[in-house]
Amino acid sequence: MKPEEPATTGADLLVKALIDEEVEVVFGYPGGAVLPIYDSIFKQNQLRHILVRHEQAAVHAAEGYARSTGKVGVVLVTSGPGATNAVTGLTDALMDSIPIVCLTGQVPTHLIGNDAFQEADTTGITRPCTKHNYLVKSVDKLARTVHEAFYVARSGRPGPVVIDLPKDVLMNKHEYSAPQKPVEHKSYKPITKPDRNQLHQVVELMAKAKRPVFYTGGGVINAGPKASQLLTQFVRMTGFPITNTLMGLGSFPASDPQFLGMLGMHGTYEANLAMYHCDLLINIGARFDDRITGKIAEFSPKSTKIHIDIDPSSINKNVRVDLPIVGDARRALKGLVDIWQKRQPKIDLKAQKAWWAQIDGWRQRKCLAYKQGSEIIKPQYALERLYHHIKDREHYITTEVGQHQMWAAQFLKFEKPNHWMTSGGLGTMGYGFPAAMGVQIAHPDALVIDVAGEASIMMNIQELSTVAQYRLPVKIFILNNQYMGMVRQWQELLHGGRYSESYMESLPDFVRLAEAFGAVGLRTDKPSELDGVIEEMIRIKKPVIVDIGVDRAENCFPMIPSGAAHYDMLLGPDDRAAKPVSEEGMVLV
Amino acid sequence: MSNRELTSSHTISVLVDNEPGILARVVGLFSGRGYNIESLTVAEVNAAENLSRITIVTAGTPMVIEQIKAQLDRLVPVHRVHDLTMEGPHIERELALIKVKGTGEKRVEALRLADVFRAKVIDAKNDSFVFEVTGNTDKVDTFINLMGALGLVDVGRTGIVAMTRGGEAL
Repeated sequence: MKPEEPATTGADLLVKALIDEEVEVVFGYPGGAVLPIYDSIFKQNQLRHILVRHEQAAVHAAEGYARSTGKVGVVLVTSGPGATNAVTGLTDALMDSIPIVCLTGQVPTHLIGNDAFQEADTTGITRPCTKHNYLVKSVDKLARTVHEAFYVARSGRPGPVVIDLPKDVLMNKHEYSAPQKPVEHKSYKPITKPDRNQLHQVVELMAKAKRPVFYTGGGVINAGPKASQLLTQFVRMTGFPITNTLMGLGSFPASDPQFLGMLGMHGTYEANLAMYHCDLLINIGARFDDRITGKIAEFSPKSTKIHIDIDPSSINKNVRVDLPIVGDARRALKGLVDIWQKRQPKIDLKAQKAWWAQIDGWRQRKCLAYKQGSEIIKPQYALERLYHHIKDREHYITTEVGQHQMWAAQFLKFEKPNHWMTSGGLGTMGYGFPAAMGVQIAHPDALVIDVAGEASIMMNIQELSTVAQYRLPVKIFILNNQYMGMVRQWQELLHGGRYSESYMESLPDFVRLAEAFGAVGLRTDKPSELDGVIEEMIRIKKPVIVDIGVDRAENCFPMIPSGAAHYDMLLGPDDRAAKPVSEEGMVLV
Repeated sequence: MSNRELTSSHTISVLVDNEPGILARVVGLFSGRGYNIESLTVAEVNAAENLSRITIVTAGTPMVIEQIKAQLDRLVPVHRVHDLTMEGPHIERELALIKVKGTGEKRVEALRLADVFRAKVIDAKNDSFVFEVTGNTDKVDTFINLMGALGLVDVGRTGIVAMTRGGEAL
């Protein structure tokens, strides 16, 4: 070797850059184009690689890892099918603002565009489903690109970033360059510091409000645990009611009397009516998603609206707001707490008392009530019992997508941020199990439970092999109603009970399936056995599939039918006939 | 807030890194989110700093226009987004090449009108002209319409480039 030739290959540089970015774990699957990276990983001990069984699962696992730690999740997949399989996970991370760096292999630069073996236009395919992406065309740009990618993924509104790496770039040699601190990007400069005067205006509006409500979302979780602490402090200082989005659960303790529960399509009666009747709406880190607003023309019609968000494009997108504030939720909340303490505003206590009386009236409707008999397990009951058994120990919950997800959001109580991982924006069936693996990797001793449906779990069931390999004691808690429950519910309510293709024919025997992968399978469909099964699941220090046979006809209520307004909720099965869904609503998803 | 709000046309200037895929990012953003593109031009404007300028003419309600600007600004390689329509007086120009085929009186008339519109003849054969006309979109449209009756066979247009009046840079 000539003395002037640098000794480091692109693949070695990459691994060094990842370590410098404090990456400890990579979720991936090897293939031809990324063999040099796998070779570099083989030759070192700092970076741990977790071999998944499908690239989609690698991204979801990285999401679970990221959401439960606040770090960037890292994915490594090969070119072509490796990259295209990752697309669902990337889109999921984009919709839920999860920081991910996904390294994709690519055919050598001289073959790009030649329809080479396992070639795909990865940057083209992933452009709309990433926050940003890069194709690294020469090794001298590799280290810098990796550092920039981590900065882009974790700063501002977080999101997934793809780095496409042609094989020749991985094999060429170059000197390493360490990350620059502080990072200064030439065009990407997210605004994180909120305008102080605007924060004063928030406090002034709050002081005048008669019927205020906080509506907070995943932005508070993404701003770090300190943001959730500040939110809790601020909400308690004001005495105002608060509701969370699906993504925001855990940012405010669910057991606090000021908490109204989740809002939106399957949110509580009190949360949705508070949104409808409030005169001041304080949105922090939520985005007026269609699951939240219902019919937009009748969304919170009487309120002055404040919106604090780190992403200017989320403001005034769906709902016109009166006081838009761009900034990081933690910094905004810090400012608000300071200003509130300094100014000690006199709030209208008489109006607050009347507002709480009204809210307590709505609470009396007990919108989450259900009737548990002695024969059949109600899914809500299974979750209430699950929560009873886990509430005093450190636990993390992930979910798949559907009825079980909404019941989990309604019946499990989230006291802390970063302990609840669910696919909110994209609604990805198959998310929960691999996400739970990622959580378990980050928190080896914690109790990690994927609340699943029997349909969703089939979408990434191959990962049983991964949990077996790494002895991850993930618990899969299946609420088995033998239907794609949410599809069946909509067919019942909106399509005349024609259950087209929603019955889960030929389900596996989940107990034997678990055993086939060296896990433990448990099953019951008797209310009397439920507690025993849950206790056993917690006791077993291995992966467990729990197959709970539940009421097949149970629907998830409350429900705001699509296209309806917040006051137009279906509270239970008896409510349904009175309120047919409009044709306009039928078109909506 | 409602759909009844009037839509209006806006000219937006975007300063971006001149890198592969940047145009695809911008165009993909418009198609993916269902925004209109009425005109789009792009070229490098600063080789030393590797910057390109994209000029987009789009139409929408005020809420949609605000959203378009926020979405553009969110793209990582975008340096600056300016809504020239909102930011005060600005100039817009477009260049067109127009081929007209014909002889006799029509040919003479085409040449006479070209003179009125200050269009230049940049190619001439015994039975054809190629005119170059520059101006705002209205003027170019009008000239092309007039040529329609005089043997118009081909049109090429650049799309709009625009700039604020006065000494301020983008």
